[in-house]
Amino acid sequence: MERIITSYCHLHDNKVIVNDRLLFYQENIVKFAEILKAVYKQEKINYPKFYKMDAISKLGFMAAELVLKDRTIEGYRPETVGVVLSNSSSSLDTDIAHNETIKDRSAYYPSPSVFVYTLPNIVIGEVCIRHKIKGENAFLISEAFDGKMLSGYVDELFINRRVDACLCGWIEVLGDKCNALAVLVENDDRGRSGENSGFKPLLFNVKNLNLLMTHN
Amino acid sequence: MGCLTADGMKPVYILNDNITTSLGFTTTENIDAIKKDVIGIRMVDDPVLYPRPILLSRIDTDQLRLRFGKVIQQYRKDVPAESFTRLEQMFIVSISDALQGETEIPLRQRTLLVISTTKGNIDLLENRYQTLFSHKRLYLWELGRIIQQFFGFSNPPLIISNACISGVVAMMAATRYLQSGTYDHAVVTGGDIASEFVISGFQSFQALSPTVCKPFDINRTGLSLGEGCGTMILSTKASLSSHDTPIRVAGAATSNDANHISGPSRTGEELSGAINQAMSQASLSSSEIGYISAHGTATLYNDEMESKAIELSGLKHVPVNSLKGYWGHTLGAAGMIESVAAISSMKSSTLYRSAGFETLGVPVELNVISAHHPAEVSACLKTASGFGGCNAAIIYQKQ
Repeated sequence: MERIITSYCHLHDNKVIVNDRLLFYQENIVKFAEILKAVYKQEKINYPKFYKMDAISKLGFMAAELVLKDRTIEGYRPETVGVVLSNSSSSLDTDIAHNETIKDRSAYYPSPSVFVYTLPNIVIGEVCIRHKIKGENAFLISEAFDGKMLSGYVDELFINRRVDACLCGWIEVLGDKCNALAVLVENDDRGRSGENSGFKPLLFNVKNLNLLMTHN
Repeated sequence: MGCLTADGMKPVYILNDNITTSLGFTTTENIDAIKKDVIGIRMVDDPVLYPRPILLSRIDTDQLRLRFGKVIQQYRKDVPAESFTRLEQMFIVSISDALQGETEIPLRQRTLLVISTTKGNIDLLENRYQTLFSHKRLYLWELGRIIQQFFGFSNPPLIISNACISGVVAMMAATRYLQSGTYDHAVVTGGDIASEFVISGFQSFQALSPTVCKPFDINRTGLSLGEGCGTMILSTKASLSSHDTPIRVAGAATSNDANHISGPSRTGEELSGAINQAMSQASLSSSEIGYISAHGTATLYNDEMESKAIELSGLKHVPVNSLKGYWGHTLGAAGMIESVAAISSMKSSTLYRSAGFETLGVPVELNVISAHHPAEVSACLKTASGFGGCNAAIIYQKQ
């Protein structure tokens, strides 16, 4: 059975696109942290833990939130849903923050609440907690977005019947720059009810991933 | 050769391997040290590494330089040894040793390189030593590119950074690509260095033990950190193995607790789920598992959770150890080096005592190995869990 992208979100600089709709746009480019806050308010999200997260977790959380707002995964058993994310700079953005706390040995203040985020897969943990996902997880690193690597990894999960649905994408943050693409991949079972808000599912392949990453 | 497993997938064999830790630079050196009860975790007093003396399993820098010098002579005489970071040297020494076996695999086209690490060259961020390197080396893909180019792999590496389950995830990913026929061979490697970055972080969590760690023991008070690297060469072609009965990867799975980012599940259900998935892929029942190489970090909650998961999967009577009492918690290398050691146990029919363990201190009555002893093991389970609520299980099986 072929696999399809049933919902997606692209969050890039000052723009948020969900399933071909412009969900948010800010004319003057502001820091992406402020964009995330504005989207959080606009979408009336209520998840206080959001404010405790580091930048990459906030970005991944928001991308997952918007993807799954249009298309629910509630019909799947938690252990059959996977999360596979990727990026270029791992957790370097937060690594720098932790390093600040140990740079000066006469003012040494490493903190568990910062250190815990110095792993790229923590964002997967945050997304799993929020959406009660318990299946396969992996965080992959590549210099630039690599649709071939990502779709190859996710395809193997479907072929091995390890997942029936998988949230996957690219969650990159460093300093003020961010870029996130999250897509929900499901088996092509279009008889399933609940087609989302007019979005026509796309085949899950390298071409379409690259298209979603660049055309917006 | 060419035969498929019951599910139509190609079988994946382990041709060769390496362990690089404070106990040695080959699998044999490490296992010999374990047989002699050598503990690699020592008090390290190195103000450049950490402001205070710290218990650590650290690779001897002079020995590493010596071994790396030999490898560079063989592969890249044109490049100065000083142009490689400590971690890159560890990776290269480990991969080169694993490739030295009697079997030759081509590094081109049909071979996949998989690298697992949690922090890569993180010591370059601290900038306390190794100041000669550009910050570009902090990127894990740059680390991957350096290793790829050193050996001349034609495919860019698949890089996994998934906390303390990274090594097992790397093995699992490689296995799947080989099973499906996407590649014929894989070089899978995992490594991490000891750094002030990581030591200070675990210290802030109060997760480090003031004594050498004691997995599953009643008096355990936390983990001991270590550095290391492990490598396995995988292939779908059993005929390339120098052993008559090469060991194969029979099943693997990951799961997420969906509970807490820095504390394990209270019930162990999710790790148990991954174990059950791996057993089902391997078409094995719990009674057929002869040995468990546990994650066993010696933190209060990890060992407790793991014991519950093992019981839930019907494995509580199976002999179990944690090797972290020998070489500490090596993070992104742990899943790799502990898998290699487990495979060595299967080949030599010897199970090793869980160093640091005296009196059981977990809620489930596990069968923790208290003395080295001979045992025939035809299938073994390796588990791992980490920050972000992730769990992994992988099963190795004799033909």
